[in-house]
Amino acid sequence: MEKRTGKIVKINANMVTVQTAGQLIQNEVAYILASEARFKAEVIRIKGNCAQMQVYESTVGLKVGQAVEFSDELLSVELGPGLLGQIFDGLQNPLPALAKKCGFFLKRGVYLDPLEDQTRWDFTPLVKVGEKVLAGSWLGFVPEKIFKHYIMVPFALAGVFEVISIAAPGKYNLKQPIAQIKNLAGKIYAVFLQQSWPVKIPIRAYAEKLRPTEPLVTKIRLIDSLFPISRGGTYCIPGPFGAGKTVLQQLTSRHAEVDIVIIAACGERAGEVVETLKTFPELVDPRTNKPLIDRTVIICNTSSMPVAARESSVYTAVTIAEYYRQMGLNVLLLADSTSRWAQAMREMSGRLEEIPGEEAFPAYLESRIASFYERAGLVRLHGGINGSLTIGGTVSPAGGNFEEPVTQATLKVVGAFHGLSRERSDARRYPAIDPLISWSKYTSFLDLAKQKLGHEVLVRSQEIFQMMKVLGEEGTSLKEYIEYLKGDFFDFVYLQQNAFDLIDEATTKERQIYIFNFIYEILIAQLNLGDKEQALRFFQKLKQLFRTWNALEFKAAEFKKIEAEINLLVSEKNF
Amino acid sequence: MQKIYTNIIQIAGDVIMVEASGVGYSDIAQITTRRGVSLAQVIRIDEEKISLQVFAGSRGISTGDQVRFLGMPMRVATGENLLGRIFNGSGNPLDHGPELTEHLTDIAGPPVNPVKRIIPNKIIRTGIPMIDVFNSLVESQKLPIFSIAGEPYNELLARIAVQAQIDIIILGGLGLKYDDYLFFKETLEKHGALNRAIIFMHTAADPVVECLLVPDIALAVAEDFALKGKRVLVLLSDMTNFADALKEISITMEQVPSNRGYPGDLYSQLASRYEKAVDFEGAGSITILAVTTMPGDDVTHPVPDNTGYITEGQLYLKNAVIEPFGSLSRLKQQVNGKTRSDHRAIMDTMIQLFASYRQVVEKQAMGFQMSTWDNKLLQYGRLFEKKMMSLEVNIELEKALDLGWEILAQSFTPEETGIKRSIIEQYWPR
Repeated sequence: MEKRTGKIVKINANMVTVQTAGQLIQNEVAYILASEARFKAEVIRIKGNCAQMQVYESTVGLKVGQAVEFSDELLSVELGPGLLGQIFDGLQNPLPALAKKCGFFLKRGVYLDPLEDQTRWDFTPLVKVGEKVLAGSWLGFVPEKIFKHYIMVPFALAGVFEVISIAAPGKYNLKQPIAQIKNLAGKIYAVFLQQSWPVKIPIRAYAEKLRPTEPLVTKIRLIDSLFPISRGGTYCIPGPFGAGKTVLQQLTSRHAEVDIVIIAACGERAGEVVETLKTFPELVDPRTNKPLIDRTVIICNTSSMPVAARESSVYTAVTIAEYYRQMGLNVLLLADSTSRWAQAMREMSGRLEEIPGEEAFPAYLESRIASFYERAGLVRLHGGINGSLTIGGTVSPAGGNFEEPVTQATLKVVGAFHGLSRERSDARRYPAIDPLISWSKYTSFLDLAKQKLGHEVLVRSQEIFQMMKVLGEEGTSLKEYIEYLKGDFFDFVYLQQNAFDLIDEATTKERQIYIFNFIYEILIAQLNLGDKEQALRFFQKLKQLFRTWNALEFKAAEFKKIEAEINLLVSEKNF
Repeated sequence: MQKIYTNIIQIAGDVIMVEASGVGYSDIAQITTRRGVSLAQVIRIDEEKISLQVFAGSRGISTGDQVRFLGMPMRVATGENLLGRIFNGSGNPLDHGPELTEHLTDIAGPPVNPVKRIIPNKIIRTGIPMIDVFNSLVESQKLPIFSIAGEPYNELLARIAVQAQIDIIILGGLGLKYDDYLFFKETLEKHGALNRAIIFMHTAADPVVECLLVPDIALAVAEDFALKGKRVLVLLSDMTNFADALKEISITMEQVPSNRGYPGDLYSQLASRYEKAVDFEGAGSITILAVTTMPGDDVTHPVPDNTGYITEGQLYLKNAVIEPFGSLSRLKQQVNGKTRSDHRAIMDTMIQLFASYRQVVEKQAMGFQMSTWDNKLLQYGRLFEKKMMSLEVNIELEKALDLGWEILAQSFTPEETGIKRSIIEQYWPR
């Protein structure tokens, strides 16, 4: 078939209007045939015989009259073995390969294959000829890092198929067919190790979506104990700049108890991505003893890279995440920052001269955010196995004000809210998640009643603190003062973690339960403290001991020694 | 042969529209008017209608004037010959020196591939303890100085330009008062720092469009040096004027404003400049320090707010001192572990104690009783303000750390500081 073509008639920054005689497809990919290369673009609005396209490259030097070729395809990603450990840009261009080819800078119009096709993968079949299969059914697997990477019936195929041939065990590359399947009408399809999928459409090749119930352990005490996340759930981290969103995301990406982590660095600083991509190959995942990079895919479209590709980067990331969920794995997608994605939509909307909504964001902002987070979930696959995709997105509200449209639209659809506050981060409290405003709809592994008490102690302590600000210490009773100190102590030794201490930066579930229950006893204890001075000294000493305790290996000899010291100190003052 | 067009069909603000064909987006054109020749840049193409922003402003342009498209984007001369020179926002000499045309390079070039960056790991010493000790500046960092009108931010930048241990200084002035321009020039000359510096100066009296070019030109020149292995420090003052120039042009172009009149792409525009800060694997580096004045001392104003999300920390200049709270160098952890073993301890302890001091001051102002501990803190805080915070202080990092110990020892016992015993034993003054 003849390729449909058009001609550029207007250029406005990264939006180009193209006139064509043929038909047009909404969201199809087109290429601008510039003098030095072909630039990728996506049709985002059709008006008469004109298509308005967002160009995924800088438009410098483009001219009216230049030809455009339409591809007939929606913006898609390649899915197959070889994704893990990779670093892609928002259009799934592999950045290390690009660096090899182009050097320091990202050259326009250079698109490389996302997956290396020379690699030959060791295939093991799982089905026999004659078996009935559906889209997403596992036909076999290849080993990828520590996982069995299942090769599935392409998600785009609808209906029931019969396997009419399956490859013998052996080595195959991405371009060699490993099976043939036939639908009821007798049409035959070949299946490869690789398939492609349009990024803006969710992969739904599973039996049903389930309610997320099992906690996802992040090893951050404040999150796991008070505002937990569930596998398959969604959460958001809004916070003003400098409150530590990215540090929190980085530590989560290292320690979270999931199989695979997809990091979408969307419109943020390049330096932060560099830290991840240079350190992850060296950091060892304690659960597998393999480098962390082996379980990670990084999609990075930093703030100086083309804006349109920033918009697509979160979709690229979530599609890859969904793909691994289809293999029965627990996947965590960390998107930093969804505000930059929303801003990319706003920029485009402005160029399209759409009627603006609040703060000039487009009217469809809420529905886009909602449908993005809705791609998370715990699902039961056709084979009966569960897989989960958890999405955590940071939000960068303008001026740190949570009333703004992106934060509000996000809060409506997520299951947990970890709000960072400037006050906490200025006071160097890490994580700066404010326990007084955050919430979670998921259940933690702690005893519910005890968890509730912990939260109440914090709230009470804060009330007294506010009171003391007005009345001074003199204006509070000893009982109130002790209540204040208890909350402050709980916050200091349990909710705050030292992100620079190898042991304290990540706390296992067992340790959290142990320590929390230990602290719980102190929180409910009636302490015999003569006056405020004594009370202050007691808690100062307790804090110091706990600080040391937190940095010691769980249940090691030294740990037990400090534990005994704390017990002694507390029992002296306990009625 | 470049065609000359004479049919200017619209002039609004500093943007003119001319009918032409075969023009590339972002290309540069030359406009010859009665007042002379000015450059202009294509910012929108609608079939035959080409919108151009005129660097020298549109005042005096006639609809019959000549427009000649040069068929290329904006370029700037680079290389050693620029050292010691002063140019305006369009890259023309302001210092009576010759015009430079060699080693032309495109401004606003492509972004760096993130995998070719390295993790920042080299400190830039400035001789200012509030930076060196508490918020170390790191090569490839981008750091704004948030301030308000009237604060000595240009004095601070000039001191850094003179003192910073770095190969090349590139100073970009955006909408500066002419006095400030002269101040920078004289200060650099006086301290013999001009020969390692290049100045691109846009003053408040210059056409607003030129203001938009200054960061791009300065950074293109910096990038060329960095690729040749030089460590470059780019100083910009004041980026709020840059944002205001963006606002002016986008309103002229009838774009829908997003927040307080600023265009929706303010974040991307600022980021594409700040993200030029880089440490190249196997070559040099670019570090950016940029003054951002906060209208009404409001950090939630769109310009400082968007800046804060882009940069790696911020310094607050308030009451003529670098405010210890809120000021943050996000990259300091990369370098302050390998300067001297007490660096982190001094940094953390002194700031924590200073925070307590501020609380006591508040308490005192409200008339509450002062305890012995409160009085110790008061003594400490005053010493800290006088000996450390003052912008007058100019000592190298190690001396500043020693000074820190002295101040602590004058006010507290070793136990009261909460510093680890091993470090106390090594450094506590006897």
